[in-house]
Amino acid sequence: MRAITKVLLLCLSLCQVAQAELLIEITQGRDNPTSIAVVPFAWTGAGLPAEDAARVVNGDLLRSGLFNPVPREDMLSQPRQASEIYYRDWRALSVEYLLIGRVDDSAGLRIEYELYDVFRQERILNGTVGGNGEALRMLAHRVSDAVYTQLTGIRGAFATRLLYVSVERRDGLNDLFSLVLSDADGARPQVLLTQDEPILGPSWSPDGENIAYVSFETSRSAIFLHNLRTGQRTQLTDFRGINGSPAWSPDGRQLAMVLSKDGNPDIFIMDVASRSLTPVTRHYAIETEPSWMPDGKSLVFTSDRGGRPQIYQIVLATGQIARLTFDGDYNARARVAPDGRSIVMVHRRDGEYRIAIQQLQRDRLQVLTGTALDESPSIAPNGAMLLYATKRQERGILAAVSLDGGVKFRLPSRKGDVREPAWSPFLNGN
Amino acid sequence: MKSFQVAGKALTVVFAAILLVACAGNQEAEEQAAVQARAAEEARVEEAARVRRAEEAKQREAAERAEREAMESLTSVFHFDFDQSTLTADVRTALDEQIAYLKSNTKNIVLEGHADERGTRDYNMALGERRAKAVADYMVVNGIASYRIEAKSYGEERPVAHGSGESSWRQNRRVELK
Repeated sequence: MRAITKVLLLCLSLCQVAQAELLIEITQGRDNPTSIAVVPFAWTGAGLPAEDAARVVNGDLLRSGLFNPVPREDMLSQPRQASEIYYRDWRALSVEYLLIGRVDDSAGLRIEYELYDVFRQERILNGTVGGNGEALRMLAHRVSDAVYTQLTGIRGAFATRLLYVSVERRDGLNDLFSLVLSDADGARPQVLLTQDEPILGPSWSPDGENIAYVSFETSRSAIFLHNLRTGQRTQLTDFRGINGSPAWSPDGRQLAMVLSKDGNPDIFIMDVASRSLTPVTRHYAIETEPSWMPDGKSLVFTSDRGGRPQIYQIVLATGQIARLTFDGDYNARARVAPDGRSIVMVHRRDGEYRIAIQQLQRDRLQVLTGTALDESPSIAPNGAMLLYATKRQERGILAAVSLDGGVKFRLPSRKGDVREPAWSPFLNGN
Repeated sequence: MKSFQVAGKALTVVFAAILLVACAGNQEAEEQAAVQARAAEEARVEEAARVRRAEEAKQREAAERAEREAMESLTSVFHFDFDQSTLTADVRTALDEQIAYLKSNTKNIVLEGHADERGTRDYNMALGERRAKAVADYMVVNGIASYRIEAKSYGEERPVAHGSGESSWRQNRRVELK
C-alpha cells in the first residue's frame, strides 16, 4: 500500500508543476555594470508566443550582475531588424549594446538574434538558436549565453538547469521531501520524486543525462541513479549504515561516495557499469563529502582526522593525502571550481557558517557570504557564480554569489523550504 | 346438647382449619424467608466475587500501568552537546535504566542518531551515526547483545524542533531509541 502510494505520489508529482517555484531577488550587483538594451523580439507564428523571450534574456543578464538592462518603457524605439535601428535613440540613453531578435515558429521554434555596439554603430554578433525541439525559454537562455560570452569572454551558463530539494512541513506528519528539477533561473520547476522520507545530495553526471542522490525511501539511506530522459531509477547501494554523498567523476564512469559499512564513514569509488567498489580512504575518523578534481586524478574531501573537520586531498593513484585548509576550525563540503584552481566550502567563523573560497596555489581563504547558516555550495559550470542554501526568516532558501563575491542574489521559494542546490553541467541542445 | 357437639365439632374444624391455615402460612413464610436468605447469600457471594474480580482487575491494571509507566519513565531520547558524541553523565544514568529493562526482554531496538542544523548535511549525517554508535557501544559493553541493536543516522534531516536557536538545536542533537 505504501509502495503504491509512493508510486502514485511520483506520478502525480511528475504531472504537476512544483509548488516550490523560485523567484529572484538581486541583492548586490557590480559598481559599473554594462548598459544593454534587450528590445522585445518580433514574433512569427500562430497565436502568441509561450514566453516573452526578450524578457527572459533581460532577466539573465540582470542576474549576472554584470549588466544593467534598460527598462522597456524608457526605449525610444523598438527595432526588430537592422534597418529599424536609430543609434541616436540608444546613445541618448547611454546604452552601450543593443540586442534585437526575431522568434519564428513557422518551421520549428527558432530565435534569430543580432547584437550591436551602439558607439561603434556596428553589428558584433548574430546567430540563430533552435530547431532542436527545445522550449522557448531554453532558447532565450541560449541567446543570453551567446551575448554573455561575446561581451565578457566567459562562457555563458544560463541554458543550464538546477536540482534542489524542497521540504514541506506538515502538522503531525513527517516532512514531505521533493526532488525538483528547474531551469537555472528557477523557472519551469518539475518534481522528480516526492516522499515523506529524506532526499539529499543530488549530483549531476557530466553529460547532464543522469543524476544520483540519496533517498531514505527504503527506511535506510541508499544511493539511487535516476535517468532524466527515461525517468528510470536504479538503487545502487544498500549497505548497512551511511550511503551518502554521491559525486560523479569527470568521465562519468565512476561515482565517489561515502559508506560506513565497515564501521565508520569512508570514501569509496563505484564503477557505475560494473557496480564494483574501490576503497579510497581507510581511517577511523569521519571521511565524507568527496568532490573530484577536473582531471579525475584526485578527490578533495572532509575529514576530522585532525580533531576538527578540514578539507584534504587524496591522489587516487598513490593514496597520498594532503591537508588543504588551515584557516578556522570548521571547513567542510568542498567543491572544486571547474578550472581546478580553487575550492569553495562551508567555513565556520565566529560560530556562523559561511561559504568561503580558497585558491589552491595560495592558502588564503576568502569568505563570500554573510549569513549564519550557509551550506551546500554548488558552482556553475562556467565558474562565475555559485548557488548555496541558507536560511532567511526561518525558511530555507537558495542564494547565489559570484566567485569574486561581487554579485549576490536570492532565489526564495514560493512555498516550503528549499535546499541542496546542484547546478548542472553545460547542456547541449538535444 | 347435640347442637353443642355439632357446634363443638364445627369449632374444632374451624380451629383446626385456622390452625392449618396458620401453620400453612408459617411454612410459606419460612420457605420464602429461606429463599430470600439464599438469594441474599448468593448475591452477597456474587457481590464479593465481583468486588474481588474488580479489585483483581484494578490490581492487574495498576501493575500493567506501573510496568508501562516504568518503561515510559525510562528515557528513550538521549541528548548531546554541540558537535559531540560523548555520553554525558545524565545520558549514562538514563541508559543504565534502559539497559536493565532491555535485559528483562529480548526485543530488538533501533538507535536513530540526529544532529542540529548547523554545519554541513553530510558531516551531520556522520555525526548522527557517531552518536547512535556511542549509545550502541555503551549498551553492548553493558551486556546487551549487539545483534539486537541497529544504529542508523538521519543527520539533520528529521528535526523535532524547527527553529534556529539553541533551544531548538538542543532538542535536535539526540539519539532516539525505538
